Amino acid sequence: MAQGWLQVATFVGVVIAMTPLLGRYMARVFGGRRVFLSPVFAPLERLTYRALRVDPAEEQDWKAYAKSLVLFSVFSWLALYLILRTQGIQPFNPQHFHSGPWDVSFNTASSFVTNTNWQYYGGETTLTYFAQMAGLTVQNFVTPAVGICALLALIRGIVGRGGAGLGNFWADLTRGLYYVLLPLSIVLTLILVSQGVVQTLAHSAAVHTLEGATQVLALGPAASQVAIKQLGTNGGGFFNVNSAFPFENGTTTSNFFEALAIILIPAALTYTYGRMVGRQREGWAIFAAMLAIYIAFIAVIVPAEQHGTPAEHAAGTPTAAIAGSTGGNMEGKEQRNGIAESALWATTTTVTSNGSVNSAMESYTGLGGAVPMFGLSTSEVVFGGVGTGLYSMLLFVLLAVFIGGLMVGRTPEYLGKKIQAREIKLVSLGVLFTPLAVLLTAGLATATRLGTRSIFAGIDPQGFSETLYAYLSQANNNGSAFAGYTGFVQPHAPGNVGAYGITFADLLGGATMVFARFIPILIVLAVAGSLAGKKVAPAGPGTMRTDTPTFVILLIGVVILVGALTFFPALLLGPVVQALTARLF
Amino acid sequence: MKGGRTALTALLAVIVFTVIFGLAYPLAMTGIAQLAFPSEANGSKLSANGRVVGSSLIAQSFSRPLLDRHGKPVLNSEGEEVLVPDKSYFQPRPSQTSYSGDTSAFSNLGPNSVKEREAVREAIGNYIHLNKPYDKSLTKADVPVDAITQSASGVDPEISQANARIQAHRVAVVRHLPLRTVDELISKHTVGRFLGVFGEPGVNVLQLNIALGKEAPIR
Repeated sequence: MAQGWLQVATFVGVVIAMTPLLGRYMARVFGGRRVFLSPVFAPLERLTYRALRVDPAEEQDWKAYAKSLVLFSVFSWLALYLILRTQGIQPFNPQHFHSGPWDVSFNTASSFVTNTNWQYYGGETTLTYFAQMAGLTVQNFVTPAVGICALLALIRGIVGRGGAGLGNFWADLTRGLYYVLLPLSIVLTLILVSQGVVQTLAHSAAVHTLEGATQVLALGPAASQVAIKQLGTNGGGFFNVNSAFPFENGTTTSNFFEALAIILIPAALTYTYGRMVGRQREGWAIFAAMLAIYIAFIAVIVPAEQHGTPAEHAAGTPTAAIAGSTGGNMEGKEQRNGIAESALWATTTTVTSNGSVNSAMESYTGLGGAVPMFGLSTSEVVFGGVGTGLYSMLLFVLLAVFIGGLMVGRTPEYLGKKIQAREIKLVSLGVLFTPLAVLLTAGLATATRLGTRSIFAGIDPQGFSETLYAYLSQANNNGSAFAGYTGFVQPHAPGNVGAYGITFADLLGGATMVFARFIPILIVLAVAGSLAGKKVAPAGPGTMRTDTPTFVILLIGVVILVGALTFFPALLLGPVVQALTARLF
Repeated sequence: MKGGRTALTALLAVIVFTVIFGLAYPLAMTGIAQLAFPSEANGSKLSANGRVVGSSLIAQSFSRPLLDRHGKPVLNSEGEEVLVPDKSYFQPRPSQTSYSGDTSAFSNLGPNSVKEREAVREAIGNYIHLNKPYDKSLTKADVPVDAITQSASGVDPEISQANARIQAHRVAVVRHLPLRTVDELISKHTVGRFLGVFGEPGVNVLQLNIALGKEAPIR
């Protein structure tokens, strides 16, 4: 255990240290200033603007910004769906895969265009290399950039001095892609390849094992996709079991860098925020609130997994640490990751909206599995997705300011801007939309036979957990899963011959992801537009400060309260029941 | 911008970014990876006796057909040969995919699942049955968890050091090697933590078995 805590503490320390480094760099990038990579990427950037026929200096109001963002996403969806439906005629298809069922394609297209990366498909058994590269990898890049765009628009609304302009979507998108995501991905790809993450266009390799049996090794251009899948809080694996598969994450070194990549940009953006609003303490205050919740989650999940499960104990294994073995619940975990790195990853990936896994979430203990679910329930604001995490957290900040204002009886202000009825109405909608979507869809899926067809475990607490997790994950654009739950049946893997989708799960999930991504984004942009036009009032003695420990605690309280009040009843029926009983089902 | 113009820009953007991030980036990365890390980029393959036998990152099965009294393979109800662990090799962790290297899947057995209890119970029985004849003091309490639970990938290349030390008794006897020699090989093929801090140490089963083959070839 001590070794486990050392790993967690060191990891958190590295995250804290990296935050200002990358945060400062990104503030320069999004301020339109020169950075050390400008000589490399500025020519490509100018060429891109010319090809897109845009003027990067043209200011857009919130409606124009939103229109660009939505249209770009619509065309992205269409392009991805087209790619998924035409696998039979694609190059880079050494396995000769045909397209999968249409409803699974609908789900997958919706999943990747919304930065969710929910997987009903199995990567290595259903997709061509072309679809993985030109389809999925492209969305892995552009969706976090879109998240950053929405965040930048909100920040400019907060700091705006009375104009309507929120910046230019195309410039923000291009700069985020070229100066942040691409260089980091190149570096990470090379680190990962050096650790055995495969990167080739060759056909899967059949080898004769030491004993002469045949074993087929799935290969592919994985490293380039895994790098951006982690950095962009995407999470969709090249292989079915995602970052648990050794060709996607096969050493303790690759695991460290992938875990760091998951949280790196969302954490650093809080520093970028502080820079852009000109008050560094505001960024650190938000960072502190996120970090506190994150650490609390880790403090629960690590001992829970170390304890082992009722099923393991009933079978007669002690699951205690002995010399040469860490013990704990190792079902669905890899030896090299052990308990600490698996539990740390599970927390990191669910709070950040990444969703990639290095262990089987469904096999976690009741309490251990409740942590990722509660992480999802907090609407992905604990670091959260790239861009999405911070803009969602800023909605909570406005809500906390409003509640604080009510407590002290003053007009709520945030960074000099009055928060009035229009903003609070929008914020409430933004904060409540995703939870409502979860409860409605999970309820529908639990109550109907169409929904229960997707369950793997059985009609018991575990089956309910699977269902709730599926819609929590999809509505929060996370993508991690209790992977027994399925919308895809593939009797003859590898390949799509005879495969079919479970249409209800595919369509309901797909639609949930789309609405739960774009409705909050539109609300955020509307809030930005509304704030942009306001005058900045100088801070007076009665102004509630938002960079103090008091406010951080208030903010944590609001986040936990909204998540807890919305989801406690549902969580009680699933993971909490399992955590409280040693009974087997 | 007018509506039509924004739509055109959006369409162009999808095309431009598909070319850059969907083709140029992965293909360039593939080229660089193939030059800089040719072995790792192609699956970290291992050779023994001059031929490729697998990947250092992917576990494989070490089993042989169960034979009846007349030396004929026993068949199961579906007419397939019944396989049993090969005693002369270190055994990897249990796999829900029969060590498939191209169709990965989790077991997805939950914490309160009867199936999980049965799976673990059976695995403990198998492990003790396999190793107890060579390590008389072995009891349930000594069996390391990694030896009786299914890994996440189904092809976990490593086992815990405790697991390897127990199996060493069996392998040493079957191969007529001093236990110390086998233990030394285990130490040699143990992968440590990253920077001494992150992850857990593990013993690479395929590398270890290849090394055993060099030390004490079977026939």
